[in-house]
Amino acid sequence: MVAPGIPEVEAAAGEDLGAGSLEQAPHLLAVVDHEPEVAFPIRRLRATLCQHQELVSHVDERHSAQAPAKLEVEQAAVEGERLVEVVYLQHHVIYADEARHRTSIGFAAMDPAIELQGLERRYGERVALAGVTVSVPRGATLAVLGANGAGKTTLLRVLAGLLRPHAGTARVLDAELPRERWKVPAQVGYLGHEPLLYRELSGRENLQYHARLHGVDGSRVADLLAAVGMERRADEPLRELSRGMAQRLAAARAVLHDPPLLLLDEPRAHLDPAAAELLEPLIGRASGRTRVLVSHDVDGALAEANLALGLRAGRQVFAGAVEAEAARELYR
Amino acid sequence: MYSKGFVPLAIATVVTLATAMGLVFFYAPLDADQGFVQKIFYVHVPMAIVSLCGFVAGGVMAIKHLRSGDSSWDMRSYVAIHISIILGVGVLATGAIWAKASWGHWWVWDEPVLVSFLVVVLLYCVYYPLRFSIEDRERQARYSSVFAIAAGAFVPLNFAAVRMAEAYTHPRVLSQTGGSMPGEMRLTFLISLLAMALLFVTLWKLELTSKHASMQLKRLKRKLAEREVVTT
Amino acid sequence: MIAAAGAILRKDLRLELRTKESVPAMTLFTLTVYVLFHFGLDRDSLDGELAAGVLWVTLLLAAVIGVSRLFAAEREQGGIDALLLAPVDRTSLFLAKGAALFLFLVAVEVVAVPAFGLLLLGPGLGGALPELLLILALGDIGIAAVGALVAALAAETRARELIAPLLLLPLLVPVLIACAQATEPFLRPDQGPEDLGRWLTLLTLYDVVFVLLSVAVFDYLLED
Repeated sequence: MVAPGIPEVEAAAGEDLGAGSLEQAPHLLAVVDHEPEVAFPIRRLRATLCQHQELVSHVDERHSAQAPAKLEVEQAAVEGERLVEVVYLQHHVIYADEARHRTSIGFAAMDPAIELQGLERRYGERVALAGVTVSVPRGATLAVLGANGAGKTTLLRVLAGLLRPHAGTARVLDAELPRERWKVPAQVGYLGHEPLLYRELSGRENLQYHARLHGVDGSRVADLLAAVGMERRADEPLRELSRGMAQRLAAARAVLHDPPLLLLDEPRAHLDPAAAELLEPLIGRASGRTRVLVSHDVDGALAEANLALGLRAGRQVFAGAVEAEAARELYR
Repeated sequence: MYSKGFVPLAIATVVTLATAMGLVFFYAPLDADQGFVQKIFYVHVPMAIVSLCGFVAGGVMAIKHLRSGDSSWDMRSYVAIHISIILGVGVLATGAIWAKASWGHWWVWDEPVLVSFLVVVLLYCVYYPLRFSIEDRERQARYSSVFAIAAGAFVPLNFAAVRMAEAYTHPRVLSQTGGSMPGEMRLTFLISLLAMALLFVTLWKLELTSKHASMQLKRLKRKLAEREVVTT
Repeated sequence: MIAAAGAILRKDLRLELRTKESVPAMTLFTLTVYVLFHFGLDRDSLDGELAAGVLWVTLLLAAVIGVSRLFAAEREQGGIDALLLAPVDRTSLFLAKGAALFLFLVAVEVVAVPAFGLLLLGPGLGGALPELLLILALGDIGIAAVGALVAALAAETRARELIAPLLLLPLLVPVLIACAQATEPFLRPDQGPEDLGRWLTLLTLYDVVFVLLSVAVFDYLLED
């Protein structure tokens, strides 16, 4: 799966994709290539001719860890007299390390999940966030790093639609903030410091309540309770459970409505390795969702991220590829 | 931005105020029962009317603020309410003086306007702690506007309720000749009302201009400070 | 929207049943205030205006407690973020919280009104029950609507325990006037409705104004 909600098409080099696939979604395609170690991020492929029934393309990319990459189109096959032009390709996805990408997933050719330009958020007269600029493709993981008080949680809350940006532009999942802020919460799974569950209610009751709020079918509650390993203790009030169990339930709450974007603030805090592994398919890279991950574990976060963003006192220090050493500078 | 037409307005206010005072002292008839003190009526009632209109106007401006998101409406609403509260306290004070002079007590519960104003002023006094206990400026403005709207809707309801409650028990002691006023009184009253209204608008504009200027100053200072940080 | 409001209401009722925090406290408070009034006024029994006043002032003060606790569960346990992150109309939130407060008030009155009849009321309550219930219902709607609005206004301010009562009580003065005046004839030895219509009209007007206003304005609260 490329990312939730994105139609998927498989093709090998030179293969004809067929007319049907393009009709469904004329300007987005996910190309999954089974060659390991290579990924094909595509910003937008747009066929400019009216009769663009068959599009065959194989996009190859060589990228470096240091410099932003520009995609080169190697072959754009032409079928008959139809000419298909790849109109604009530019993407600034930067991978810190090629070898990390064992699974080859092509990011869909559509607007990035998150696009921030000069984002600013003030707290009274103080600056909470300033100059945050980053573009996160769908399905990618963004690691947000910085010392305490640098603004990481504020950034997450802005992305969740909880706080409105004071300046700059922000697009989260096709919703423009602050104007269309109301569209965001339904598509976001937020796992913050607080589990956001009522301590006097049981795990099951909490999840059922959230299911009703989101209009999600009740059966999913049982599935998720099983997935996080909490079926046996699902009917005990939350205050009798350990913090790690609460965290598991909180993760279940966050993915209950199958959101395409996850905002995770230290998701593995309070979790033992077994529990962390249980949650991996739900909130980890394997889930395929776009993720923004805040963590103090610099190496761990960078290991599972495609992009990194560093904050110091609210201001962006870097965004993109980063070596672990450079990231640790943030904490000095 | 706010000072357009300020000078003619200020002049008009001063002129009308002077005219009103002249009329009150020299033209309006002297009341048989209450004597000179009755002339406080020409301050008390216009203050009450203007203050009430100010509260309701503050609510309307708050509605505009919420719908447009434009913070200048919030400032206008805040200043309108601010001045109306001061006038409201003035209503209570002049009412008390009048009551003492004509009835012997500093406070009378039988006067619905006075009682209503007590409730209204008590309510609007919470505006300040509410406003200033919220630190984020946009949220502060939004919550203040919500309060201004609720309180603005409350004011007429409160008046109706208080008047209905008092209607049974006592006739109004501080009222005038049951509704119809002789010509001299009416003229004086209307001019006083006009003067009070002009005074309100002048003070409103004055305070808005000064607040606006100090906000600009703060903004420029902040920009300067930020630029210094960036370049150093 | 109604479904979401129903879900929130159900959650609040379940929490209250389990923690038993608000309603018992409010009820106990009314009983204590009755005792205070007995000592303060030095009276064994009240009737007419005095009775109506004591009853309604006590209920209003109990309502203040209920209002302070209305968003307590969110603040202390679930976090208000959980509500804000759900794709729920703020109007649903208002309906749910207003309905919860209404039900809490009704629960309190089930004990507090008969207790008043027992402890402080001279003449009996019995004869005028339907009218009393109507006055209570209309009054409770007004208190619930304004209470939910004030609870939300004060929810995230620093001095919320101070601001909520100071905001709530003046706003409820019309309700107090109307309810006390409407109830008074029924608490006299010679019972009989007097001008009930005009007070009920005032109450209904107040309720309509504040329910509509709160629905319209709630969207601007509890966010950001």
